Amino acid sequence: MFNSLSLQRNSLGKQADNKENAMNSDIYNDGPVVHQPSFIDGHSVEIPLLKILQQDGTLFDGAQMPKIDQTLATKVYKTLAFHRVLDERMVASQRQGRLSFYMSALGEEAASVGGAAGLKDQDMIMAQYREQGALMFRGFSLENFMNQMFSNSKDLGKGRQMPIHYGSKELNYMTVSSPLGTQIPQATGYAYGQKLQGLDEVTICYFGEGAASEGDFHAGLNMAAVQEAPVIFFCRNNGYAISTPSDEQFKGNGIASRGVGYGIKTLRIDGNDILAVMLATQTAREYALKENAPVLIEAMTYRLGAHSTSDDPSGYRTREEEAVWQANDPILRMKNWMLNQNWWDETQETELFEQYREEVLAAVKVSEKIDKPHLDTLISDVYDTPPVHLQAQLDELKEHINKYPDAYPFTAGKF
Amino acid sequence: MAQMNLLHAINNAIDIAMQVNDRTVCFGEDVGHFGGVFRATSGLQEKYGKARCFNTPLVEQGIIGFANGLAAQGSVPIAEIQFADYIFPAFDQIVNEAAKFRYRSGNEFDVGKLTIRAPYGGGIAGGLYHSQSPEAYFAHTPGLKVVIPRNPYQAKGLLLASIRDDNPVIFFEPKRLYRASVGEVPEEDYQLPLGKAEVVTVGNDITLLAWGAQVEIIEKSAKMAANDGISCEIIDLRTILPWDIETVVNSVLKTGRLVVSQEAPLTAGFASEIAATIQKECFLHLESPIERVCGLDTPYPLALEKEYVADHLKIYEAIKRSVNY
Repeated sequence: MFNSLSLQRNSLGKQADNKENAMNSDIYNDGPVVHQPSFIDGHSVEIPLLKILQQDGTLFDGAQMPKIDQTLATKVYKTLAFHRVLDERMVASQRQGRLSFYMSALGEEAASVGGAAGLKDQDMIMAQYREQGALMFRGFSLENFMNQMFSNSKDLGKGRQMPIHYGSKELNYMTVSSPLGTQIPQATGYAYGQKLQGLDEVTICYFGEGAASEGDFHAGLNMAAVQEAPVIFFCRNNGYAISTPSDEQFKGNGIASRGVGYGIKTLRIDGNDILAVMLATQTAREYALKENAPVLIEAMTYRLGAHSTSDDPSGYRTREEEAVWQANDPILRMKNWMLNQNWWDETQETELFEQYREEVLAAVKVSEKIDKPHLDTLISDVYDTPPVHLQAQLDELKEHINKYPDAYPFTAGKF
Repeated sequence: MAQMNLLHAINNAIDIAMQVNDRTVCFGEDVGHFGGVFRATSGLQEKYGKARCFNTPLVEQGIIGFANGLAAQGSVPIAEIQFADYIFPAFDQIVNEAAKFRYRSGNEFDVGKLTIRAPYGGGIAGGLYHSQSPEAYFAHTPGLKVVIPRNPYQAKGLLLASIRDDNPVIFFEPKRLYRASVGEVPEEDYQLPLGKAEVVTVGNDITLLAWGAQVEIIEKSAKMAANDGISCEIIDLRTILPWDIETVVNSVLKTGRLVVSQEAPLTAGFASEIAATIQKECFLHLESPIERVCGLDTPYPLALEKEYVADHLKIYEAIKRSVNY
C-alpha cells in the first residue's frame, strides 16, 4: 500500500533519488484494510495508569519499586516537607504585603520532587514555573530561594525576574522564563547536545497540560522524536490552567495520547504517588540514554492551591471538588509509607516542620532587608559586554538620578 | 584568493566553522542531504555526518527553540530559516527567549553561540512571502545582534564572526545576490568585526547609507550623482544592531547631508532610527533634512515590484533634493 504512495510522491519529483528521505514504511503500523470508513481517535488507545503506593502508605500488590533506600527516601520526604512549608509561608508573606507574588505547588509536590529524585545530578532540569521542588531536591539553599523572591543584590538572577523564576547553573536547573512552553523545544536541543557529546546525561522538561496547547509543545516533541534526543517530557496534568479546566483545554485522551502520535514512548502515572513518579523517571532516564530517544510522562495530579497569589479558585471550582484531592495528598501518602517502613516517626515529623517554619521566617527577615542590585546591572548581561550605546544610556541615567535623588531611593548615591 | 559567489562564501564559512570546532552543527528545513533550497549547506552532511548537519521538521519555532537549547548546552548551532518571511513563527523563541536568555538568568545561562541564518529581501519576483526585509523587528530587541553582508567577502568574514560572537546573531543574507554577487574571497579563516560599519567610498557632499543588497543600489545612484558633480560618501552599515553610530556621525559631520535607503517599508524601519539619532548628534551640521528612501508602506508586491522598490532613480532624486535644499 505504501509502496504505491511512495511512487506517487516520487513521481511528483520529491527527492526521488534519496532513499533515506523517501516514504519509510517502518513508521506506519497498518491495521486491517477496510472497505467502509472507520474512525479512530485517541481513545482507541487504552492508556495504562501506573500506581505503586496507596494513600494509606501500603503498596499495591505486585507493584514494582523504584530504586530507593532509607537515605534517599528521607531526603525526598524532607524535600517535600520543606516545599510545603516554604509555599505556606511565602503565600502568607505575600498576603502580608512583604512579597509581590508567589506560586505554590500545593498538592502536586511529588511530581517535581519525585522527578528530580529519579534523575542524576548532572541531568538538566528545564522547568515551567511550579517545579521548585526539583530545585529544592538539588540543594538550592533557602537563602538563594529568598534572594530570588526578594529580587535583591544577592539573587543569582540579579533581581531581574518576578518571584519563583529560579535558575542555577551549578545545580543544572535552567532559569525559568514566563512564556509558556518555550522550554519544550529548548529541552530537545539541550538533550541533543548532550547526546552529541556522548555524555551520561539527559534533560527533563516540565510543563503543564495547559502549556501543552502551545505550538512549542508540538515543535519540541516532534523534533525530539525525529532528531532522537534523550529528553524526558514531564507533563504535570493538574487539571487547571489558571481557571480553565482541562476539558476546555483539549478533547483528546489527555496528553499521553499525543505521545503516541509523535512516536514517543509514553507513560501515564499517578502524579501524587511519589514512588510511581520516581519509578517512571528512573525508567525513562534509562530508556532515553540507552535508546537515544525521548519519553513522555503524563502525571495525573491536581493543583490544590491557587494558580498564583493573584488568583482565587473559588470563582471557578467547588470546595467539594477540592476535597476529593485533599484526600489524595502526596506528602501524607509518602509519610504513611515512611511510617510503615519505620523510617520516620511523629516526633521527627513535628520537629522537622517546626524547624523549617522557623528557618523560613528567619530567612525572610534577612533577605527582605538586603539592598537592591547595583544600578550597573541594569545594562550588564544584555550582551556579553555592554555596547557603547548602552553605556551612554547608563551614563545619562546616572546624571539624571543625581539630579533627582529623592525619586530613586534604591540607587541614588550608590553608584 | 578564490572567486566565489555569495552562496559559496557562506558555504565556505560554515564549512570552516564546522571544521575548526566540532561542536558546531547546522540544521534547518532541507539543510541536510539536499544542502538547503539555495544550496548554502551543500556537501556539509557528507563531510561532517548526519548528526552535525541535518534536516529538521517544518517548524520554525521548533528550529529556533531547539537551537536555543543547543546553544545553552554549549554547542554551536547555526540554524537556517528557509526564508526570512517565515521567521515569524519563531519570533517568540528569538525575542522572548534567545535575546533575554543571559539577562534573565543573571548570566547563569546564555545562548551566545547561536547564529540564525535567513535569506531576506526582494528583487527576485518573490511577492509577499519571499521578499521581506524584517531586520527592524529584531533591531527593536535588546540582546540580539543583526548582521547583513553585501558581497561574498563580507558574507564569509561576517558569518564567521557571527558564529563565534558570544551573543545570539541573526544573519540576513541578500538572496538576490546569492549567485549574482561574485568576488575575490580568501580561502583561509578570517573574520570581519561586528558592530562596525564600512566606508565603501569616500566623498564630501553627501553621505549615502544602506546595508545588504541595497548597497549596490546606492552605489549606482552615486555614479549618477557624480555625473552632476556630487561627491557621495557611501557607507555599508553591515551590522544593524548594535549599529555603528560613530562612523555615520563622523561622515555626516563632514558632508552635512544624509540619505538612508532600505528595502523594507518606510514607517518604523531601521532608517527611521538612524535618522532620529543623526538629527540629534549632527543637528547643527545638517544642511538639509535627512532623506529616507524605502519600500512603500504596503506588503511586498509582485507585479508592481519595480515600482515599489527603493531603486537607484528614487535615491538619485533624494540626493538631488538634499543637495538642492
